Parts: sequence; structure tokens; C-alpha cells
Amino acid sequence: MARTLSILVDGRLLEVTEGVTVAAALLNAGEDTFRDSVSGRPRGPVCGMGICFECRVTIDGVRGRRACLERVSPGMRVITRE
Amino acid sequence: MSRLRDVSVDVVVIGGGPAGIAAATRGSEAGKRVLVLDEAPHLGGQIWRHLSRETLPAKARSWLDRFDRSGAEGLTEASVVDLQDARVLAVRWNEEVRVRAPHVIIATGARELLLPFPGWTLPNVMGVGGLQALVKSGASVAGKRVALAGAGPLVLPVAAALAQAGARLVVVADRTSASRVLRFAASLAGRPGDLWQGVRYRAQFAGTRYRWGTRVIAAAGESRVQEATFSAGGRTWTEPVDLLGAAAGLVPNTELARLAGCEVRGGGGGVVMVDALQKSSRAGVWCAGEPTGVGGVDLALVEGEIAGLDAAGQPVPPRLLKARDAGRAYARRLDLAFGLDGLDAVDLPPPETIVCRCEDVPCSAFDKSWTMRQAKLYTRAGMGPCQGRVCGAALHAMFGWPPDSVRAPLVPTPVASLISTLESSDATT
Repeated sequence: MARTLSILVDGRLLEVTEGVTVAAALLNAGEDTFRDSVSGRPRGPVCGMGICFECRVTIDGVRGRRACLERVSPGMRVITRE
Repeated sequence: MSRLRDVSVDVVVIGGGPAGIAAATRGSEAGKRVLVLDEAPHLGGQIWRHLSRETLPAKARSWLDRFDRSGAEGLTEASVVDLQDARVLAVRWNEEVRVRAPHVIIATGARELLLPFPGWTLPNVMGVGGLQALVKSGASVAGKRVALAGAGPLVLPVAAALAQAGARLVVVADRTSASRVLRFAASLAGRPGDLWQGVRYRAQFAGTRYRWGTRVIAAAGESRVQEATFSAGGRTWTEPVDLLGAAAGLVPNTELARLAGCEVRGGGGGVVMVDALQKSSRAGVWCAGEPTGVGGVDLALVEGEIAGLDAAGQPVPPRLLKARDAGRAYARRLDLAFGLDGLDAVDLPPPETIVCRCEDVPCSAFDKSWTMRQAKLYTRAGMGPCQGRVCGAALHAMFGWPPDSVRAPLVPTPVASLISTLESSDATT
């Protein structure tokens, strides 16, 4: 059985599977809007491999991190739509 | 605060997919100090993306195990932002790594060609491979209604993988016309292994029709995709979906090679020109795998082996050169069958459709008499964080514009990182 860990997404505590990417963890929790575009439209992951930058979120205070390239870690703080 | 680290090796390999893994393994087995840089959390690239190695096919496991045994070093979560002469600069979340290596092997793989259509910017509309990458990274599709609208050989394995993961495949579509596909299928007689692999994939979603000559023309929904509209032979129809994977094939990632000054030819980002030993036009720089032309995993492995051996000063066995030439010939047939330059023209989307997703530039903002440089200056298209990696290939497909020149940093980089490398650059010049 895969182990789980806790991350904080927009202040909400999420139990996520160890080893998955931040993008996968958010999608599995039903969070499909990761950012708002320059004209305020909702956006989520597209390429899944770090090319398109649509999945960028704030991770542990650092803005613009690509959620598809980063694995979850215990206590990680993620902020979407910043 | 970020730190600066200097590393010196014999061979640096950029990209840890099959080509990079094979190159690094061969180089390291020949006694060279080899470092592989990759952006992802794991080595393996897109096709070998995994959460745990046990889930990979035997061939992938055996290469990754052989890489480990070879003593080559892998540095993951490292984005290469600059490559000049024998120096590579990579940025990680907490450090900058400056690599000096007399031999550079570029194995940066390919990305998807994403063509704009109304609604393609809605959440849960992704690439075909993009959807698969997210599933391989742990995203669940169980019970979800999924539609795929792609082009070429990637659609089949992705559909099979999604079905295995419990998705409900409502549409599996390929924009390639049935007549082009039949010509290609006839040419597969000499490659029965590929035919059988295709049949095995197809069996995994036997309940869903595979529609040739079919495109997605629109997606719609409130704040996420809820339905997708398809078009085939003059007929259009709409299906409710939870997820839509849409792409028009693959394009080589040539940005790094172009930045390094390697000769590149052809439309879009082009392909990197290499000689029989995978050497680029730039001394000390080899290139292997998809950047030399999309050809799949087996060809990437062979090209990687050749590049790794040659960069390490080893003779290359004739059987590898033969396998590479056969693989290249097959890749040309694939491109003829599924490439956009063939019979299937690209329709311009409706004027209000967003083309540049970073800057929200609509199709109506462009004038086809422009160049890509003019499009950037007048509309900001391609000036956002992706630096035109998505809209550049689309604009080439739509208007025929060759890409603008490439500049460092290749990936948006915190100013502090660049300053820290500048401050200590006097030590290296």
C-alpha cells in the first residue's frame, strides 16, 4: 500500500500519496484551476512535462514553481491562483 | 538563498530520457566522468516517466539499472538555462550548478504540438501525452469520461494506458485520414513487431471506436471542460467529457541546440543536423534522440549509445550504425504518414480563440504577413514564461513562420540566480 503524507493547499490540509507530483495531488483533490491567466481566465496543467508553465503555483513561498515537475513532500505549502 | 556550485566532468548529457540514459551509460562504461541533467524528479524522460521503477517495462528497467551500475551521475530537478562552448548552467530550486565539460550531449526530447481551438485553455484540457504524463505522475482518471484527439502513434498507447487506469474513453480520435494511415500500415509489413504492439494496445480499449480523420474543434464549460465537439468528414457532434487530451503530434525540442549554435534545418523548431556519429555542426556537441527528428524510443536509445561512445572516444560498432539508419528510415515514413506537412491542412481557429496562452493573445491579433519576431513585438505572443514553446510551433503550423532566435535563460530564472552566477564568473573567464 502506498504511504501518504500531508500537504497544505490554499490552507486546506490534503492527504496525498507519497511520490506523486504536486500537479497530480491537486488534480486528485479536485483542484483543477492552478492559476489565473493575464486576463483572469482559469488555467490548469496542459503538457505535464514542464514546457507550458500553465501549472505554476507558489510552493513554500516560491512563486512560479511548475507543479508537474515537483513531488509532494511532508508539510509542503501550496498556494494556487496567486 | 541559492548557492552556486561548480562541477567539472568529461561528458555532460542534457536530458535523462532514453537517448540521454543510453549516452551517459555508454560514456561512463568507457571510463569517463558523466553527468546527466534533467528537469523532472526522476530520470527516464517522458516515455519512462514513473513513480516506481518496478512498474516500467523490462527494457526501461534494464537501461536504468545499467545506468546506475555504470557510475554515471544524474542530477534531477535541474533546468538548463544556458549552454555556451563547454559550459552549461543549470538552475535548481536552491542552487545554480555550473558544469564544465569538453563533451556535451544534447538529448532534450520532444514536446507536443498543441493547436489552438475554442476552449482549449479550459482546465482539464491537456495534451495527449500531457494527460499520460500526469497519470504517470499519480493523477487518477478512474471513472472519468476522457476524450482523446491526437495525431499519430502516441494516441494508441495513451488510450490503452488510460483504459488500464480505469478511464471511460468516450472518443479516441486521430486527425490523420484513413487513406494515409492505410498506406503507412501497408509499409509496416517489414516491422511485424510494431503491428503486434499496435494490436495489443488496441485490445485494451476494444469497446471504443478508433476514429481516423477526426479532429476536436471546440471545448466548452463553465470553469473547466464539460463537453468537446468533434469534426469528421463534414459531420460535427458534441460529447460530454471530464478530461480532454488534444494534440497534433510531436515537435523536437531544439531550443538548447539552437542556443548552442548547432545547425538546425526544417520547419518549426526544425531538427538538429548530425553526422554519422551524432556529432552536431558545433565542435564538442553531440545530439541524440528526438531533437534530430522524432523517431521513438528504440531509435533514441541507439542514437544515445552512438553519441555516448563517440564522445568517450570509443569506436562505434557497425550494428549500432545500421540500427540507427534503419530507425531513421522508419521515422521518415512515420512523418510522411502522420506529419502535418502532408495532406491535412491546419485550419485557423475562430478569431477570438487564444493562441498564446501565456499572454492571452487571440488569433485575430496576428497578421500572416508577419514574422515570429514581429508577432512577439506587436502582440507579446511567445514572450511569457513558456517562451513560445507552445504558441511558436502552433504559429508555425498556422502561418508558416520560422521560430525567432533563442536566448538565454531558456527557462524563467530568478534574478538572484543569474546575479550569483555573474558575480563569480570572473573566476572562469
